[in-house]
Amino acid sequence: MKLLTHFGRYYMLMAKTFAKPQKNSIYFKQTIKEIDKLGINSIGIVFIISVFMGAVITLQTRYNLENPLIPLYLVGLTARDTMILEFSSTIVGLILAGKVGSNIASEIGTMRVTEQIDALEIMGINSASYLIFPKIIAAIFINPFLNILSMFVGIAGGWVAAVSSGALSTADYLYGIHYAFIPYYIVYSMVKTVVFAFIITSVPAYHGFYVKGGALEVGKASTKGVVYSSILILLFNVIITQLMLAK
Amino acid sequence: MIELKNVRKAFSGREVLKGINIVFEKGKTNLIIGQSGSGKTVLLKSIIGLHEIDDGQILFDNRDFTHMRNRDRKKIRQEFGMVFQGGALFDSATVEENVMFSLNMFTDKTYEEKLDRVNFVLKRVNLVNVNHLFPSEISGGMQKRVAIARAIALNPRYLFCDEPNSGLDPKTGIVIDNLIREITEEYNITTIVNTHDMNSVTEIGDKILYLYLGEQNWVGNKDEIFNSGSEQLDNFVFATTLMRKIKNNFK
Ligand SMILES: Nc1ncnc2c1ncn2[C@@H]1O[C@H](COP(=O)(O)OP(=O)(O)OP(=O)(O)O)[C@@H](O)[C@H]1O
Ligand SMILES: [Mg+2]
Repeated sequence: MKLLTHFGRYYMLMAKTFAKPQKNSIYFKQTIKEIDKLGINSIGIVFIISVFMGAVITLQTRYNLENPLIPLYLVGLTARDTMILEFSSTIVGLILAGKVGSNIASEIGTMRVTEQIDALEIMGINSASYLIFPKIIAAIFINPFLNILSMFVGIAGGWVAAVSSGALSTADYLYGIHYAFIPYYIVYSMVKTVVFAFIITSVPAYHGFYVKGGALEVGKASTKGVVYSSILILLFNVIITQLMLAK
Repeated sequence: MIELKNVRKAFSGREVLKGINIVFEKGKTNLIIGQSGSGKTVLLKSIIGLHEIDDGQILFDNRDFTHMRNRDRKKIRQEFGMVFQGGALFDSATVEENVMFSLNMFTDKTYEEKLDRVNFVLKRVNLVNVNHLFPSEISGGMQKRVAIARAIALNPRYLFCDEPNSGLDPKTGIVIDNLIREITEEYNITTIVNTHDMNSVTEIGDKILYLYLGEQNWVGNKDEIFNSGSEQLDNFVFATTLMRKIKNNFK
């Protein structure tokens, strides 16, 4: 029952959010600002976790290969496919849900409890659209780049780990990351990234937008925004995978 | 002119506004006064449509705001200026950006023209050299004045102020009150001010509505208020020792 109410209100909010923008030039400016705030500001964290994950996946895979008959290039292949299929979209999505999601929920929630949203409404501005639309568009635009970045950096991290630990030769690793490459996996990863970008921005925005009370409630909304967007990411991960990869 | 006809509002069964009937006049500072919790903010927010009323009607110069579609409401709202009880300045924007906000949104002026207007209204509220400060970097009284500047930037037809001088010293409070009155008369605005400050009442109360527990207890002006004949209002007006002393001196 409660879930249904949430869904209804979320839907209504999105309908308001995607109403015709009141002034394109301002929305454009806002979107650029959000790209900087949500995307450019996340490059650092995406870079760091991707390097280390690529490294760890490579080392783990290598050290688990005990049978000498299994070719070593499988290590590169595993690192590549793990990054593309799961890590750069889903795990990065979860991490961004924490970083970007809490930021959005607390920003919008604070605006709600300090009546800044009311102030917008009173000026005759569609507050939902003004505040949320640029964030969603910005994330949908910039997150695919973060995804690509994560893939490259992760695979590079694997290579560095392989070579510097002496676990694998450069030639084996490179052969592996070229072996049986399926471009469709990139499409799959991109689709997930775009869907997750929508979830990461709209769900916390929803929780922030309907905050009642004060700073305490803003904190709670921020937590809820992160938790629910994470759950939805995991759910849609399964759904999209079934839709796109099932044979 | 803003006309209220039998305006009622309840929150989960508890009546907060119990049938308000009044005409707020153009070019005048209309006050809504009453104790904390009497329903002033709820009434003001009901008038501007932040709360939907349960019964009755609100007309802005004979335009029925209550039964209007959202799209038409937005148009009327562009004629509103509102100063919230807490200021409600956009905290991620500078003073200048705050005041320029509605100009950006609703006019096609050049940046220079907008800046002229911003500086004009900021000067009007006696604020200079603060354009590039953020709301958190200026004092409470200055924030109130920025909020007023933002509210009048687009030449509103209707101005609403929720306790514009609460939390300010009496002198600054009076400056703000007088500012509101001057702007009201100068531009022939219909202004409604919420206050529980007797200084404001005696200073600028052209028309006064006294709310008592959500009821319309008394309507009059600043000269009539001392002989209102309402016991509840007398309790409110003469609540402080200072006011009682003044009253006794008159006798
Ligand atoms: N959103 C709301 N939901 C439920 N009750 C509310 C809501 N807003 C206000 N009330 C109740 O309505 C009554 C009037 O509140 P209101 O804020 O209008 O008082 P006020 O006259 O503005 O007081 P103050 O001078 O302290 O600002 C209070 O009893 C308050 O609890
Ligand atoms: Mg109030």
